[in-house]
Amino acid sequence: MYRYDEFDHAFVKARVAQFRDQVERRLSGEITEAQFKPLRLMNGVYLQLHSYMLRIAIPYGTLAPRQMRMLAHIARTYDKGYGHFTTRQNLQFHWPALKDVPEILEHLASVEMHCIQTSGNCVRNITADHLAGAAADEVADPRPYAEILRQWSSLHPEFSFLPRKFKIAVTGAERDRAAIQIYDIGLHLKKDAAGRLGFAVYVGGGLGRTPILAKKIRDFLPEEDLLAYVTAILRVYNLYGRRDNKWKARIKILVHETGAEELRSQVEHEFAGIKKGGELKLPEADIRAIQAYFAPPALEPRPEGDAAVAKAAAEDPGFAAWISRNLHTHKNPDYACVTISLKGIGEVPGDISADQMEAVADIAERFAFSEIRVSHEQNLVLPHVARADLKQVYDRLVKIGLATANAGLVTDIIACPGLDYCALANARSIPVAQQIATRFADPVRQEEIGELKIKISGCINACGHHHVGHIGILGVEKKGSELYQVTLGGSGDENAALGEIIGRGFGPDEIVDAVETIIETYLSHRLDKSETFLAAYRRLGPAPFKEALYGSEAKAA
Amino acid sequence: MKILAANRLTDGVAVWLGEDDVWVEDISQARVVRDKEGEESLLRTGEVAFQRNEVVDAELVDVEVVDGAIRPLRLRERIRAAGPTIHPEIGKQALKRAVTLV
Ligand code: SF4
Repeated sequence: MYRYDEFDHAFVKARVAQFRDQVERRLSGEITEAQFKPLRLMNGVYLQLHSYMLRIAIPYGTLAPRQMRMLAHIARTYDKGYGHFTTRQNLQFHWPALKDVPEILEHLASVEMHCIQTSGNCVRNITADHLAGAAADEVADPRPYAEILRQWSSLHPEFSFLPRKFKIAVTGAERDRAAIQIYDIGLHLKKDAAGRLGFAVYVGGGLGRTPILAKKIRDFLPEEDLLAYVTAILRVYNLYGRRDNKWKARIKILVHETGAEELRSQVEHEFAGIKKGGELKLPEADIRAIQAYFAPPALEPRPEGDAAVAKAAAEDPGFAAWISRNLHTHKNPDYACVTISLKGIGEVPGDISADQMEAVADIAERFAFSEIRVSHEQNLVLPHVARADLKQVYDRLVKIGLATANAGLVTDIIACPGLDYCALANARSIPVAQQIATRFADPVRQEEIGELKIKISGCINACGHHHVGHIGILGVEKKGSELYQVTLGGSGDENAALGEIIGRGFGPDEIVDAVETIIETYLSHRLDKSETFLAAYRRLGPAPFKEALYGSEAKAA
Repeated sequence: MKILAANRLTDGVAVWLGEDDVWVEDISQARVVRDKEGEESLLRTGEVAFQRNEVVDAELVDVEVVDGAIRPLRLRERIRAAGPTIHPEIGKQALKRAVTLV
């Protein structure tokens, strides 16, 4: 993975010293809250219901064991012994004291981590396919480009005060596991007919109050033009993006109001000008130098894997279930990508204890070439595990309660922190996820239902991606009580779609029953087991689901 | 009826303005006011504490008093008073203070 050079170290260290001074001045009263708030946000420090919250950037979701151990240390020493992985592949601590944050940042810097640009109207942490560099279906590893974008966007003077926050996601496979169409810019790394690497460029996706899928404005952008083109997009946005209304300030609104075609020609015009100057052209040598940091590990042949897996699966049904659910095909047939589910039944989606962090770090070191990934689905991934070692990995995960075999199933639910922590929330998300998971805990039933993505947000900001859930749940507040609105048919992959609101909302005591009704309706209407929930919904439309949920009320409406 | 809630500057912990203008970590010790005058007095004290860099985000919270216990009307404020509902072992509720979350 990428290692800081001297410049990176000096930059992050200087930033820690600067924030330490700012915190001291705030605590002594030398600067006011109004002066301090933007400074703390620039360093990832939010204020929530119970405490401050610190958001730590995990660039493109790649973590090393030494970094995971440091997160465990911080969780134990400065927080309440756990952390929370988010849909942005970041980690949040929900209980740090402001006075301790400079020290925490110093610890993070010692393992090449920071919280810079995890808030504010700037280019945020760049996310990527969590199987990057490992998945069999990948054209090329997208992370070197995410790293180039990270370096370019860090403290970029022109783009530090954008109309609103700006998020970029990159994927390197046809199968979009990074949900690029819900990002301000989505980049799909691919090859042209001549075998050159480049990107399909999507612009103007986003969820929140006005969910919109991104529009493709370029079929193929050669890799050396990446920075020139992204600069052109940001320049157009910086110039024309609305600053008069926070709710209309994202680039999705600009694309919508300007029209994708017109915006494309504005971007192309700007791009042509930048290209003429030539200074943003990525030198081939620089791209290859960054790529070298992401070179795949030396994977020795381990042909004994298949026999070992078959034998272990025959002896241990738990292992058999886990390998059938939580593995993804690796480029090398002797290896597999392993999903570590952070969705144990009844657990908090995305939460992990300090002990579990350390155990995962140990496993990654011993069996996974010291690589850990964070997925936007709030799980962890070990991208390179020899199939021959899977049983050992599984046994260790069982010991720490992280061997739930449910990746991609009904209990593998995304949930934002919601009203249990978040000051912006209208309703709780996590308890709904826990109750649904508990209702569908039976592994046989989960398998019978098959692939199903439930995503829950505690307010319209949609951190839980509910609009692109096969079943999306949005918490709202109505007359002082929680109410849950359900959307169906959303999807965040290469065939992205926004879910449709199915009808009136459900109270906290009704929502799990409603989800069960929806699932039972799917089961009774599907053609056969191979027709997934999403496929069935796309074929059937909302009518049978409405009928099942609201009965005659639906007909009357 | 209202009380004044805020977060303490140094650690962000949720606090309420109690008797004698002391900030308390336990909502049951918050000072309840019943009229405009009382609200203004809370807000004035909150503003002074804000200026003194003791607390941030001070705001009035609607409450009722049930069997002698203060209960915020909004779930958000009840969760703030108790701690995350998903972690009964964490937050103020873990201290077994007089917090009832309904
Ligand atoms: S969706 Fe709303 S409630 Fe959930 S984390 Fe985001 S802002 Fe908070």
